[in-house]
Order: sequence, then structure tokens, then C-alpha cells
Amino acid sequence: MALKTQELVLNMGPQHPSTHGVLRLELELEGEVVTKVIPHLGYLHRCFEKHTEAMTYPQVIPYTDRMDYLASMYNNFGYVVAVERLLGIEVPERVEYIRVIMGELQRIASHLVALGTYGLDIGAFTPFLYLFRDREHILNLFEITCGARLLYNYMWIGGLSHDIPSDFVRLTKEFISYFKPTITELNELLSYNKIFIERTANVGILPADTAISYGITGPNLRASGVQWDVRKDDTYSIYNRFDFEIPVGKGWFGTLGDCWDRYYVRVLEMEESLKILEQAIDQIPEGDVQSAIPKRIKPPVGTIYTRVENPRGELGYFIISDGSVNPFRIKVRAPSFVNLSVLNELCKGHLVADVVAILGSIDIVLGEIDR
Amino acid sequence: MFEFLSDLFGSQIIAAFISAALPLVFIVPFVIFAVWLERKVSAHMQDRLGPMRVGWHGWLQTIADFFKLLQKEDIVASDTDKKFFNVAPYIVFAGTYLVFAALPFSSAYIGTSLDIGLFYIIAVSGLVVIGILMAGWASNNKYSLYGAMRSAAQIVSYEIPTAIVILSIVMFTGTLSLSEISDNQTAYFWNWYIFGGPDWGLTKFLVLPFMIIGFLILYISTLAEVNRTPFDMPEAESELVAGYHTEYSGIKFSMFFLAEYGNMFAVSAIVSVIFFGGYQSPIGYLGDALAANWLIPFEQLFWFAAKGIFFVFVQMWLRWTLPRVRVDQLMTLCWKYLIPYSIVNLIIIGIITLI
Repeated sequence: MALKTQELVLNMGPQHPSTHGVLRLELELEGEVVTKVIPHLGYLHRCFEKHTEAMTYPQVIPYTDRMDYLASMYNNFGYVVAVERLLGIEVPERVEYIRVIMGELQRIASHLVALGTYGLDIGAFTPFLYLFRDREHILNLFEITCGARLLYNYMWIGGLSHDIPSDFVRLTKEFISYFKPTITELNELLSYNKIFIERTANVGILPADTAISYGITGPNLRASGVQWDVRKDDTYSIYNRFDFEIPVGKGWFGTLGDCWDRYYVRVLEMEESLKILEQAIDQIPEGDVQSAIPKRIKPPVGTIYTRVENPRGELGYFIISDGSVNPFRIKVRAPSFVNLSVLNELCKGHLVADVVAILGSIDIVLGEIDR
Repeated sequence: MFEFLSDLFGSQIIAAFISAALPLVFIVPFVIFAVWLERKVSAHMQDRLGPMRVGWHGWLQTIADFFKLLQKEDIVASDTDKKFFNVAPYIVFAGTYLVFAALPFSSAYIGTSLDIGLFYIIAVSGLVVIGILMAGWASNNKYSLYGAMRSAAQIVSYEIPTAIVILSIVMFTGTLSLSEISDNQTAYFWNWYIFGGPDWGLTKFLVLPFMIIGFLILYISTLAEVNRTPFDMPEAESELVAGYHTEYSGIKFSMFFLAEYGNMFAVSAIVSVIFFGGYQSPIGYLGDALAANWLIPFEQLFWFAAKGIFFVFVQMWLRWTLPRVRVDQLMTLCWKYLIPYSIVNLIIIGIITLI
């Protein structure tokens, strides 16, 4: 007599330690092998896009903070670039430099959380706290600049909310020299750990063509070997002035595009961000950061789509203006949302433990997915 | 000890009760200390301070936590199998407690000096699996069930290399009695079995490397048996929330906790008895030097606890350094590496013993 077997449906989340927020995954399992993953979204939906229609253009900026709360600076950045292009205004050099510095600091801070929580997902607790200790330095820099540690509302249309304080340049340089050796420390502690490699190499392989057809962007796409970075390929602000590489996955310990590649591309990106910081911090020109802020923001009738390279991928803002002080419609292309869509493809045939490893490696932020 | 107590009270029943309760005198303070130590060790490894508020460097923190847990509501979810759900934590704890009965704390105190002490310990520690399976099944929670199944598979698998290594020691020493094994390794540390045992001769140097291999295999398997990182599959918090004790709260949860930390000490003690002389001092006794024989058992107790706590510390050290292996890798490690190696080790030690 054959035993009757049945697929087991396991609900992972919304309250689960490693879904990185209020995400619910419906896992269909055969034993411990995953046959299907259905992500259920919307537990953190705050109607951001609808709300903005009742706001004036500057009032939208705090809302963008609250999307990807680990990369608030960059969300500001993308939005203000979009509105400035719609308005057709030029911002002063000093503002551009400070924005790039803040953006890259934010990228490092965001990757630190991504790498730390990824270690946590794999079961390594200690690297997580080391990385949070380093992130603290960046948050302190943000705090002395604009007073906030998480949701900054720092970049304004045409300028910045505050100029950088006098010792900011010195402190940033100190941070750069402090942070460089800690990347090596991280590699020794976690990246090249045998168990860590066993857990992540050859797991959740994302081939380049699948990645492109799903619209995956950011480190996840680059880990699959595709050299695509909006900072270089569709440049904005002053990124074309800096010399930096775009790290791509090489299948270091396994197949191209596995979890370890996605992890390690982020480590390399932090090094590249440091390069940009080192160049930018020495070149900040003098000037007034608020001189170009328009008194009344009323863009002409029209539409614009602008994309920037957020730490998680391509963050796009699509804005329709009807000529009034309120945007007619703002649509955000959230990188986490798009990146999450490939989860089912990656998880099929893996074990439950791998779902955690794969989900962590795509590095999602639920605030951005649900908006 | 039992004879001494029954003489003292003139009743075997009272003596039996007291003997049975004695390990608690050790386990409870040890667990309170170990939990505090774990938090401090992890904190200092992670560049923070850990508990600092209650008592000097937070040493009262665990006691405070314990009282908090006692006062907590004992939640039993409605769809659980109540009977098994309520019994399971105590069975898990019983499995740990029974091991303590045969541990030789010093030459003067051993709960029961069994001739088949090692065999007994392997047998009763299997009881933990029943309790864990019971907890996982009765919780009526998929995560608990997964945790319990993983745990059962893991503990049962890793008992094999443990048993084989212990077998090789039994072959080498010719005894299953823990106190006899300890007694054999008396005097200085070069008499420990990890250094080839007390007999000076060719055998000692031939067997030394294989003893070290045996120790490594035993230590790795005991790590897995007590579900510590990198083998903490059953309670892998990032996957299974808290494994088999997800649904437990209050005093029942603290029973699991007590059992976990008790087990940590138990396996460390077994490792130290087999390879590191158990309660024997590595550097001779103060009691001998001062001609105060009554001092020796206390010194032995100190050395026993110190060695045990040292290995517990190593377990913590590993926990806060290493990531967690995956469940299939765990099984691979056991069946494809540890068991073959331990069998080869057994054969080699057997041949050396025969020579």
C-alpha cells in the first residue's frame, strides 16, 4: 500500500524573524523542499502614492523618506532630481557634491544593514552587531547635518534643508579611514567563512537572462554578471565626474548569480562608494545650498520619469504634473518590489532554510514594497 | 554518598530523596551562572556590555529573569494536545537530570557510581528526543513540528559518532565506569587520555594523535547533540522561529531552558571525564601538599566544574562566531565524515590497544 502524501502549506510571516518586515510568504512544501512560494504583500501599505496627490511638491519629500527607510537620503535624491528636471532648474555645485556624498554614505549604511541582517539570517549574530556599530558612525554624520537619524527630509527641491556643519568634512574623512579596515574584518569574519560559503554558494542562482526579464536591478542584477548601474549608464547629478568601478558577480565560490555573489557584490560596492566619497569630499566647492530653491513650485504641464541608483536598485519616479501646485500623480518604481517578484523562481527546489538565505540575499525593504 | 546519607538519617528513603535532589543544587546555580555568562560572553564578543543594571555587572539579571518567567501566564494554546504538551518539558528536563546522576563530581560525590556509567549516560540522554518530539507534536504548530523532527533526526544521528568514540575509549581503558576512568587519569595532566593515558610507553605516543581526533569528533557531535550553533537546527530562529518550544511560555519554557543549559554542562563534563581527567587536578592537589585529605574532594569538585565550564565557554565562543549549517549539510557531516572517521579511529585505537 502506498503511503498517502500531501503537500504542506507553511505560512512564513507576517510575524517571522527573517522576512525582513511584515511580509507573508506562503510556502508549499514537500518535506523540506519548497515547490512554490507566494509572497503576500500589503501589510505595510500606507497609500503613499495616493497621499501625494493632496500634497504640494515639497511636502512629498517626507513621504519618500518613509518608503525605503534604510535609504531615505536616496529616496529624497531621486524625487528631487525628478522634480528639478520637471522644473528645469539647475542646482549649485555645492549642493550636487553634498548630495552625492550623502547618497554614497547612505548606500554604505544601507548595505551594512543588508549584509548584517543577511549574516543574521544565516545564523551569524556577531557580524550583525559589528556592522551596526559601523553604521552608527554614518548615522552620526547625518545627525550632525540634519538632526535626524533615520528619516532625514534633507534634500529639498533645488537645494538642501541644511548646509553641512564645519567639521563634517573632517569627520567624514575620519570615517573613511576608519571604515576601510572594517571591510577586511567583515570578510574574515563572515564572507570567507566556510559554513557561510556552504550555505550561500550555489544557492538561489539567478541567471542574467531571467534577471533581465524580471526587471531585477541593482546589486542583484550585477551579481548575475550584468554591468548595469544607473549612476554610469544613465547618469544624473554629477556622478560622471567620479572615477569608480561597477562590481559584477563572477561566481567566486559557485555559480554566477548565487547568493554569495549577491552578498559579495554589496561588499565591493561599499568599497566603490568609499572611492566616490574620497574624491567628492576633497572637491566640495563653497556656496549657498538654499539659493536655488524656488519660492513657489509649480511645474509646467507634463510628465517625467527619472531613475536613480538606490542601494537596492533602480528607483524610478514617474510624475504627472497638471500645472498646479499639487502633483496629479506620482508613481514609484520601487526596486525591492520588482526584485521580490523573482523569489518564486529562485526558491523552487530549495530547502526551507534556503528560502531564508535567498530572501535575505535579495535585500528587500517592506516599507518600499508596500509603500 | 548514598551510604553516608542513609547512615546519617538512618533511613534509606530519606537518603534516596536527598541524593536525588542533590544534582539540582548544582544544576540551578550553574544554569543561572551559564545564562549570565552566555550573555556576557556574547556581549563582549560583539563590542557591547551586556546586562549591567541588576547587581554587579548584571550578575543578578538571570535570577530576575527567572522570577519574571515564574510569574508569567502559562499559555496553553487551545488546539494543543494538552497532556503531552504539559508533560514534554519535564521529560526533556528529566533526560538531562538523569545524566547528572552518573556524573562523578569528585571522588567523594557521585550520584550513583554505576559500573556501566557511560552506557547509562548514552541511554538516558536519548530520553531528551522523546520529550522534544512530544513537545513538537503536541504544540500543533508546523514550525514546532519541523523543529522537533529536525531535532530528533539530528540527535539520533549524532549519537552514533558519540557512541563510537566512547566505545574506543572503553576499549582502551577496559571500563565503562566514569569514576574509574577519572581515577585512572590521576596526578598530572600528562596522564589524561587526550595525551594517551597514564601508562608510559610506546602505546601512549602511538595513541596520542588518535585520541586528539577522537576528542574533536566527540566534541563536534556533542555540540550537535545539545543543539548548539553551528548545529542549532531545531531552534534555528531565522527559519523556525524557536523550533519545538515556540508555543511554550512561562515555567515550561524555562524548563526547556534549564534542560538546554544543563545539557551543555553534562556533555562538557562527559568530554572532560573521558579525555581531560574529569575531577582530577592537572597540577597536583593542595590537600596533598598540606597533608589535609579533607580538602581533596573540594579541589576535585572545583576542577570538575572548571573543566566543564571551560568547555561550555568554548560552546558559547563557537555560537557567537559561526553561522549555522543547513539541515542537509548537518546530516552530510555526520554520516559522510564523522561516522566513517570515528570508525577508522576506533579500529586504529583497537589495534594499538591489542599491541
